[in-house]
Amino acid sequence: MRPIANTRTAAGIPTARLAVWWVLASEIVIFGGVLASYLMQRMGNPDWAAEAAATNVWIGAFNTFVLLTSSLSAVLAHHAAEHEQDGKKAARLLGLTILGGGIFLCVKGFEWYTEISHGMTIQSHPFWSFYYTAAGIHASHVIAGMILMAFVAKDAAKGLELHRVELVGIYWHFVDVVWIFLFPLLYIAK
Amino acid sequence: MADHGTQYYVKIWGILLVLLVISIFGPFLEIPAVTLITAFGIAFVKAYLVVKNFMHMNVQPAYVGYMLSTCLVFMLLLFAGSAPDVMKKDGDNWVKTVVVVQGPATMHHGEENSGDEHGGAELH
Repeated sequence: MRPIANTRTAAGIPTARLAVWWVLASEIVIFGGVLASYLMQRMGNPDWAAEAAATNVWIGAFNTFVLLTSSLSAVLAHHAAEHEQDGKKAARLLGLTILGGGIFLCVKGFEWYTEISHGMTIQSHPFWSFYYTAAGIHASHVIAGMILMAFVAKDAAKGLELHRVELVGIYWHFVDVVWIFLFPLLYIAK
Repeated sequence: MADHGTQYYVKIWGILLVLLVISIFGPFLEIPAVTLITAFGIAFVKAYLVVKNFMHMNVQPAYVGYMLSTCLVFMLLLFAGSAPDVMKKDGDNWVKTVVVVQGPATMHHGEENSGDEHGGAELH
């Protein structure tokens, strides 16, 4: 028997997809709270620009490119699952998306290692507190997405539960959208 | 869900990359208005493209949009409610004071500060 979340709807869309949208609604409050707090502190303290100048815009840009590209592979996986009914292709594309997440995390790890070794730690200045908190919460969502996608890809490769490819994709695109805002806030605004 | 074809998604990705390049190089002009538009304005455009075309928000029932918008409104309320206190240093009949105490970061019970900054409002 298939889970009830996939087979019934009382809201016009599958209950599983509605659940994903609810998760994202709660994520808006989490990330929105952090970003709103950062924005008001940043605008109230123009001197933080001196600290922000130390972030590497090229690393941030590269990671933006990686996440945008991983979003492309995620939506192509969704397309393969829904319109081509090709679970194996969807699984391969999800694998590419996971690879994108892995590259993102490796680059972030290198970046953090460099910054921390130069004395820019979470305690050194309020800017860095926000920087590590916001980017850290985001990175934990990237890790969660990669794990979820691995499970979905495993089933999709066998042609099972293909609708989940779309669900995990929606989550991944949201993580991408959060980074789209983090990039200018943390890297470009000097 | 409508079948856009894979080329459509690749095209959206290409537009996103072009916008990314603009958002990187715009601020190099060091014109505040251009920085604001290229860095932050373009972020909203990029987010819109991803939400509409990759997350397919445009084909979801309207209430999904209302649900997410409600959360955004609460976020704006948080900002509007706290920002004046955080961003302003003074106002009518009050000024925010900051006390910086140099010394060892050891706090003893009953002491008011520990070498960190403490802020407070002083009424005039």
